[in-house]
Amino acid sequence: MNINTQHKPELVCPAGTPASLRTAVDSGADTVYCGFQNATNARNFPGLNFTPAELEESIAYAHAHKAQVLVALNTFPPAGQFPLWANAVDLAYNLGADAIIVADIGVALYAKNKHSDLRLHLSVQAGAPSIEAIKFYCEEFDVKRVVLPRILTITEIKSLKQEIPCEIECFIFGNHGLMAEGRCSLTNYATGLSTNMDGICSPANFVSYQVDANRNLRTELNRFTIDSFSCSQNPGYPTICKGRYTVAHRDDPYYAFEEPLSLNLASLLPELIAAGVDAFKIEGRQRSKAYIQSVVSSWRKAIDSVLEGGSVNMDHLLSLTEGHKQTLGAYETKRWR
Amino acid sequence: MNMLSIRAQRFRKNPAHKAEFLGLLARPIPLPLINYVLDRTIVKITKKYPTLFNRLSGHHHKTFLIEITNLSFDLILCPNPASPHLLAIRKKTGFHADATISGSFLALIGMVDGRLDGDALFFTRDLQISGDTEAIVCLRNALDDVEGSVASEAASYFGPIGMLFLTILIKMANEHQYST
Repeated sequence: MNINTQHKPELVCPAGTPASLRTAVDSGADTVYCGFQNATNARNFPGLNFTPAELEESIAYAHAHKAQVLVALNTFPPAGQFPLWANAVDLAYNLGADAIIVADIGVALYAKNKHSDLRLHLSVQAGAPSIEAIKFYCEEFDVKRVVLPRILTITEIKSLKQEIPCEIECFIFGNHGLMAEGRCSLTNYATGLSTNMDGICSPANFVSYQVDANRNLRTELNRFTIDSFSCSQNPGYPTICKGRYTVAHRDDPYYAFEEPLSLNLASLLPELIAAGVDAFKIEGRQRSKAYIQSVVSSWRKAIDSVLEGGSVNMDHLLSLTEGHKQTLGAYETKRWR
Repeated sequence: MNMLSIRAQRFRKNPAHKAEFLGLLARPIPLPLINYVLDRTIVKITKKYPTLFNRLSGHHHKTFLIEITNLSFDLILCPNPASPHLLAIRKKTGFHADATISGSFLALIGMVDGRLDGDALFFTRDLQISGDTEAIVCLRNALDDVEGSVASEAASYFGPIGMLFLTILIKMANEHQYST
């Protein structure tokens, strides 16, 4: 395998709070991504994210430690609510963000026209997996980097890299909720709130956990049962795409969309670097700083080790994965299930 | 050999029994003494971290029952910044809280101190929650944004002995993380 040691991929890490951001930077992140406390980002969870003052302090901390900060503005403004997104673009620019991550073409156009020196990254929420789609964003909005949907094999990524005029960022660890990214309406169907416009998947105020006397656990989203776990089973997140359902053609309930597990591409890291991936992204802005510290420092060591010709062992991260299970997903084969 | 001696032997042989042993030691401590310490601790912590409960947004007036599965008492937290309360109560008192968080002492203290990941504890069933999920998520995020150790603040009330006790607990919490 031909690894270009001159090409050092960037490690892009999540932060849901200022403490997490500092932890990510201290643990070896090259770049940290975060969002404001509103619907402009796809992790608009209660008690999470940054006030403008917190973001300003956090950017100063990151820059002082030679790390960059990306601001996720990766949701889609509903009709009449565009000013919230426009203000967020202005804020991110004025606070000194190194780039913004966008999904909506209106937000991208606003940013390009208003702040021509603001770097744009295309969010995974834009769901752009083809050469044609990515070229469109590059040509029309001067997008500098695309975050690829988690539906491509390494072979496809390698060939894509040779055809597009921008950098490539790939997820390497964390949530593996694929669906059609940026187009999932399951939460909207169950709760009336939109993942893509309100920025929240499985809103916590609609989630309930029922535990019986035998420690069997049932998870519900607005009274829709997502899954039931016996006392010996490991649960996952209460998201519809990770639920277990009864369907006509099967005797037992089964995971109709995706199982509760996490993406972990440790074993494919050398191939991904050789494929020319410019940045590796860790998912998990909603996770704790304990997760950030452990995952970020492990991937920092792993990337540095591969570039020096060493090997990667990240078995210890299994304890942080959803349901204590992990997958290589579509990166290895489209038939991962 | 009495029960305490037997537990002490198991404590030395198997880390999994350490929490049980410490729970046994905590059993005779009278609740008023525990509550005196907790009351002073919560006041001190909220003074040191005045923005601690900002992330609770609309949940300041909620009550949280913290069920410590391997101790003889539970905790009630009322995170009202104007008048915060942290109280110990005997188990099965029928107290009705808005939200309940349940786990071993080590799991809970590890999470509060930012050393263990709450989601990972949930995935392994080491942490269970019920009631107002949004309030719990807000509380988790508020505590996770604290720099430093809340447990150290509490332990410092007991001087060197308290800090030594905490060091032992942290070691046990780390063992707990990798045994699950």
